[in-house]
Amino acid sequence: MTRTVTDVICPFCGTLCDDLEVVVSDDGKELHEVYNACAIGAEKFLHSQAKDRITRPRMRQEDGSWKEISYDEAIEYTATMLAEAKKPLMYGWSSTNCEAQAVGSEIGEAVGAVMDNTATVCHGTSLIAVQDIGIPSCTLGEVKNRADRILFWGCNPAHAHPRHMSRYSIFPRGFFTGKGHTGRKMIVVDPRPTDTASMADIHLQIEQGRDYELLNALRVAFKGEKLPDVVAGIPKEKIYEAAETLKSGRFAIIFFGMGVTQSLGKNHNIDEAIAVTRDLNEYTKAAIMPMRGHYNVTGSGQVWGWQFGFPYAVDLSRGFARYNPGETTSNDLLRRDEVDAVFVLGSDPGAHFPFSSVKKIYNLPSVVIDPHETPTSEVCKVHVPVAFVGVEVGGCAYRMDNVPIETRKVVDAPEGMMTDEEFLKRVLGRVKEIKGV
Amino acid sequence: MAEYLIKNGLVFDPVLGIKGDKADIAIKDGKIVETTALSNPKVIDATGKTVMAGGVDIHAHVAGPKVNVGRNFRPEDKLFNCTAGHGIERMQGGFSVPTTIRTGYNYAHMGYTTVMEAAMPPLYARHTHEEMRDTPILDQGAYPVFGNNWFVLEYLKNHEIENTAAYIAWLLRATKGYAVKVVNPGGTEAWAWGLNCENVHDPVPYFDITPAQIIKGLIEANEYLGLPHSMHMHANNLGNPGNYTTTLDSFKLSEGIKPNSKFGRDQVMHHTHVQFHSYGGDSWANVESKATEIMDYVNSHDNITIDMGQVTLDETTTMTADGPFEHHLTELNHLKWANADVELETGSGVVPYVYSPNIKVCAIQWAIGLELGLLAKDPMRIFITTDHPNAGPFIRYPRVMKWLMSQEAREQQFDAFKHKDKVIDATNLAGIDRELDLYEIAQMTRAGPAKSLGLSHMYGGLAPGLEADVAVFDFNPNEPYAPDDIEKAFLNAEHLFKAGVQVVRDHEIASNGNKRTLWVNAKVNENPQVMRDVKEKFLRYYTVTLNNYEVSGHYLPNPYVIEVDATE
Ligand code: SF4
Repeated sequence: MTRTVTDVICPFCGTLCDDLEVVVSDDGKELHEVYNACAIGAEKFLHSQAKDRITRPRMRQEDGSWKEISYDEAIEYTATMLAEAKKPLMYGWSSTNCEAQAVGSEIGEAVGAVMDNTATVCHGTSLIAVQDIGIPSCTLGEVKNRADRILFWGCNPAHAHPRHMSRYSIFPRGFFTGKGHTGRKMIVVDPRPTDTASMADIHLQIEQGRDYELLNALRVAFKGEKLPDVVAGIPKEKIYEAAETLKSGRFAIIFFGMGVTQSLGKNHNIDEAIAVTRDLNEYTKAAIMPMRGHYNVTGSGQVWGWQFGFPYAVDLSRGFARYNPGETTSNDLLRRDEVDAVFVLGSDPGAHFPFSSVKKIYNLPSVVIDPHETPTSEVCKVHVPVAFVGVEVGGCAYRMDNVPIETRKVVDAPEGMMTDEEFLKRVLGRVKEIKGV
Repeated sequence: MAEYLIKNGLVFDPVLGIKGDKADIAIKDGKIVETTALSNPKVIDATGKTVMAGGVDIHAHVAGPKVNVGRNFRPEDKLFNCTAGHGIERMQGGFSVPTTIRTGYNYAHMGYTTVMEAAMPPLYARHTHEEMRDTPILDQGAYPVFGNNWFVLEYLKNHEIENTAAYIAWLLRATKGYAVKVVNPGGTEAWAWGLNCENVHDPVPYFDITPAQIIKGLIEANEYLGLPHSMHMHANNLGNPGNYTTTLDSFKLSEGIKPNSKFGRDQVMHHTHVQFHSYGGDSWANVESKATEIMDYVNSHDNITIDMGQVTLDETTTMTADGPFEHHLTELNHLKWANADVELETGSGVVPYVYSPNIKVCAIQWAIGLELGLLAKDPMRIFITTDHPNAGPFIRYPRVMKWLMSQEAREQQFDAFKHKDKVIDATNLAGIDRELDLYEIAQMTRAGPAKSLGLSHMYGGLAPGLEADVAVFDFNPNEPYAPDDIEKAFLNAEHLFKAGVQVVRDHEIASNGNKRTLWVNAKVNENPQVMRDVKEKFLRYYTVTLNNYEVSGHYLPNPYVIEVDATE
């Protein structure tokens, strides 16, 4: 027999869909089927069922092979490594729940770590821009119920956030948007002809790295001022058309992704994108929202916000919280040899950091907490597999619009496996013993 | 649990009616008891010191999404303002929007033990509770906002009080909320289209209702339920010259309505941060105080309570569910602006602000707040707040006390203004020589707010049976003192007890306490129509499912539930 769990939250991307249905065996040990999720979301659930899943911590030997160790040994190694380090880096946090993040930051506080999350290589620039200029934003339901002008800038939700357009932005019929996508105008800014761009009413095929200029040109166009014939590779007529389309809407929303946060200009691009949104509010209602990637990268910024006052790159090594992106960000620290141990939980820097940084991790005492084998587990000294958050244990996560949703446990983790939170609590206890507090 | 005897203090307690007489306060099992009930207490010598109940803050923005926006988007608020942890204290940071840890400690240092978060967007209730959970020491509750909620707008358009009440009861339970908050009724919904409702008769776009109908209807629904607190109101037209007429219009909507609550309150409307709602004139050039007109009304109508919203002349971070106001403010000061509209429910904005003593308007605002406090005939109905952090950070409460208690302190401040004469012309403060005493301060910071919240059975006084929330301040009102001594003493309590636990000892944090989260569980008759409406709205317009909306118990590790029965 099987039973179906409804209202399940998908712990994959920042869309944080909460309408999944999951079929599990009656005893709650096996997960059979996932409904309503997109392909990547469903895969996350099904992945937990892999028969060859690693279920015990392991330590790398001199010869490069792995030796299975107990959770107790893994806790001892982790706690000792962190307590003895002068300035450990505790990185990741985007694929776990807020409860684990809160315990993690308590450990960071006890050992004087630098706490950083994946924003450091994706939307950190957006967070800096928000500190410069603020951000007029809204929840995704406002988009669904009101927005008739949708702009995707440097992002490709068709692939990266597959249900975003159907749940919130393009297709749904909301209270004031009864016509669904036929009542909406869609603009895409992307140098590539992506699947998202192919659906757009207007595709501004911008020259790579010219985002700032085009954003600036839009502000000029809003005011009806003169533009050069071509800006960022786009004829001015098309820019005036896009500007007019945005202004003539009742509610405009700009979604932006890493194509603009990590291209030339970085946070300055986002400054300008937010300025575009501010300007639009002179004519109509407008909002802007980053397309956050990991399902709970937003949550780690929230937890550190209320505990320390900063959303990422929080350096606790001096006994109080400091924040200075460029100095206290992971890659800068690694490349300058400023950290002497690396702890990774809830992300995969091995796959996403520059190779020079990955090499540094390889040469340092290091622990990775992750249910999967990843490029990071390939370079760390100890790998601790844990239960899947949102599949095998619940807990709070924040959607890309900062709305918190409590993820659900749908199946049991394999016998004897720990959760992130349990593991961290044990490490915290041991750190306190070692430090004598 | 340890027993304590606080001996020989100069006690100020409106509940017992003690006005600075020497008395002993006994603590046992978390409660105040008769001294005879103690067997072997630890003795605290309070000779020559002021003893009061723990402070109760009726209105502050200390937890939740907009507060965290304020923290995360203002790294400059942490400049020179981060302190290392030591002993049992964790790291802290921030001035106008402190971290949760600092919030708990700073309130404790001021002798406060209970603080209400003044605006919780229901969809973000979980976030608000997460922050409150991480705020040490304080008992807290949060007010979900109702004034722009689609259910409320639709029910009240047809004056459906019973349905509104059933919905309120449902939402309080789902969000673990404490009271009915209203912010710029109708105006924030209008802001979702870039518009506003500036007076009580402006129609709300699309919804075919006016702010007046919303206000009156919510008061009636609140009394139908008999909730501990009254409807908690932030009126339309905040912060605009000439807005005092809107405020009076809003007050008047409470006329003829009597409180129906078993919790001992006498008011049906609490109007918050009234300073921002007491302006005459028709532009910033001729703005003037209308505090006298406002207080004439408040003094003669005992079914209203208010708080001050005192401007403290600091750099701070404004934040409110009044979305259009924050947009207006960023147009005015050109500083950074965050906005967050929340589907079906509310909106909010955050903008930094500098209240400079060199700017005439800021100085006028400062004077208006103090006029409200000094013109109060009944200090049990007018409370000290700064609408933290909107008019200033809460750590300025002792400074506000100083200004209220000392004409000399007010004169010093007047002398420091760049436009002193213009400020004197536009306000009445210079002509007021009243100086409040500590008994009145205890009314405005303890007994009064506790009563208004419907919590006088727990907080606000030192009578046996109440929670053992007791503060000892190193201040002797019978000896000569300078105005600044008031601020110094009340910023730095010598001892503080929270529910019988000593949380401050010799001015140092001694315990993180055992904080509780208060929420109100109102029982109503089954209402299939409201439940059907809820289901439908979630299906069609919300972006989370109904089953994922309710805040589960694990966000409130130490809940204190107040039960209300409205089934009869
Ligand atoms: S869109 Fe994102 S959250 Fe939704 S099902 Fe797909 S991966 Fe999961």
